[in-house]
Amino acid sequence: MAIGSPFTAEHELFRKTVRDFAEKELLPHQEKWELERAYPKEIFKKAADLGFLGITFPEAVGGSGLDAWFKVVFCEEIVRCRMAGLAMDLMVQADIATPVLNALGTQAQKEEFLIPALKGEKIAALGVTEPGCGSDVANLQTRAEAQGDDYVINGAKTYITNGGQADFITLAVRTGDEGHKGISLVLFPTATKGFAVGKKLEKLGNHSSNTALLFFEDCRIPKKYLLGEENLGFTYIMKNFQGERLVAAISSYASADLALQDAIQYTRERKAFGRRVLDFQVWQHKFAELKTQIEAARRLTYHAVTLFNAGQECTTEISMAKLFAGDLAQRVAYECMQAHGGAGYMAEYDISRYFRDIRLITIGAGTSEIMKEIIAKRLGF
Amino acid sequence: MKIGVLVKQVPDTETKIKVLDDGSGIDENGVKFIVSPYDEFAIEEALKTKEANAGSEVTVASLGPSRCVESIRTALAMGCDKAIHIDDEGSGPDSYVTAKALAKVIGDQGFDVVFCGKQAIDDDMGQVPQLVAEFLAWPQVMILENLEISEGKAKATRRVSGGAKEVYELTLPAIFGCDKGLNTPRYASLPGIMKAKSKPVETLKISDLKGDANNKLEYSNFRMPPEKAPGKVLSGEVGDQVKELVRLLREEAKVL
Repeated sequence: MAIGSPFTAEHELFRKTVRDFAEKELLPHQEKWELERAYPKEIFKKAADLGFLGITFPEAVGGSGLDAWFKVVFCEEIVRCRMAGLAMDLMVQADIATPVLNALGTQAQKEEFLIPALKGEKIAALGVTEPGCGSDVANLQTRAEAQGDDYVINGAKTYITNGGQADFITLAVRTGDEGHKGISLVLFPTATKGFAVGKKLEKLGNHSSNTALLFFEDCRIPKKYLLGEENLGFTYIMKNFQGERLVAAISSYASADLALQDAIQYTRERKAFGRRVLDFQVWQHKFAELKTQIEAARRLTYHAVTLFNAGQECTTEISMAKLFAGDLAQRVAYECMQAHGGAGYMAEYDISRYFRDIRLITIGAGTSEIMKEIIAKRLGF
Repeated sequence: MKIGVLVKQVPDTETKIKVLDDGSGIDENGVKFIVSPYDEFAIEEALKTKEANAGSEVTVASLGPSRCVESIRTALAMGCDKAIHIDDEGSGPDSYVTAKALAKVIGDQGFDVVFCGKQAIDDDMGQVPQLVAEFLAWPQVMILENLEISEGKAKATRRVSGGAKEVYELTLPAIFGCDKGLNTPRYASLPGIMKAKSKPVETLKISDLKGDANNKLEYSNFRMPPEKAPGKVLSGEVGDQVKELVRLLREEAKVL
């Protein structure tokens, strides 16, 4: 174990497994899956069998019960499949739609939804964003009306990752008054009558990901599918965001580092004006600067992980990590494409894919502006 | 069945190798070590054999310095049950001494079958398994392409040059040298990695196992291969290029 490294021999063995899986099982299919905007569902099963989905979940629900450093390893290496879409779908399954279910779910709910999800047998999605509200979660309009032992749900959700292929949705609905005090979370089986998936949404990037617009028309689900308590959904969602933002921060600096390696490799081989592009000091300094910033983003994120692992309050640190790493990744994508010149604008070079994919990271899981808002509030402004 | 796997730890194929100043070997500083890739096929074949024969157990053995335990952990994480590390005590054994020590261990363990890679990718000697078989008076089949085991007998197919195949029917115990194409090695799953932590690793010393065998080989004067000359790109009409290519192959490369 290197000095200052949080990673043990087991973490490094796991790193090799994730890297090999990303490079040998996923990357070879990149062109097809990105073009077709889809990949085989069995990827979830394969990921589950290798323990990718249940890393930090307790063994009682089929997880490995391990620390968040294993999660860090997974996120750092899965970017090597070079499909942010597919990687995001796996993270929705493991980090976004299901942790809240583990935290609040009843034994029956866990058996019906969580355990099959961690086995890769049921695909999960998180349904919060609506056509009329994104970051402004407190304003969501999809309504769940209590009728006897059931809820009857009406409304729509959009930009839902895994939306078109989910077996169940951890769904935010309005059960009470306007504002953040009237929101609940329910577990919604997509086999419910009245549920419909709109057309697959075309996106700038993350092409392999299944992103959908969802409709709910008089969808009747039993009240036993309520997660936690009624009208406390807003708090649950905000808490759930922490793990999601952490994986977003890790994905940002890890993918930026990969893009930087690609650019360094390209400029090492590419000649201009009689010498290698990398021989120009302007690029050497540019790469030195980006590498320094990536390392800074990594260390800031590691600090947040240390607090997260210890169960300490770390909303500020996680928000800072996502803000810093997410914004940095945009600059890295820009500069690395610049280093590739015209070739970088061509689809055959991965930097063009990265340039499109990474744009999402300052928008999804809370925009950079929301991150600043959170940090500002905690500064007492 | 008692199943054995022999694993060698070798430098990662992506490592940049540096030769020591005195030419006595390679500089191991900063070198990342991995399980020799052919040995991964051996591990997989051992695990498949275990799965096909209820009540079987797979023991992985590796000979080398203490860093070999990392490779042993990889094999345990993939699913092997226990391990033996044979400490080379810094003696730098050659194939002969290595095989002597391994043969002793294999004999003592009473394995029914032993798998190994057809060769290690560091020095590419490809002779330890055959020597082990010789010392134990066991049959061996190298460059294994397919294997069927049933009731103490094995049918082993090996590739030979020219696309031909040889099929051997033999009685166990036997030793098999595995090749690419035999199977697809599994990944070490996260639960497997965590389970491996508590699997037993026994440490033995080479000096207790090799008997009076001594190295027959002395390593000296390691050198890097000469730099490859830059390639030549021909230009002009295709017809002229072909003529020029044939001339170069005949007159310069002297391969035609």
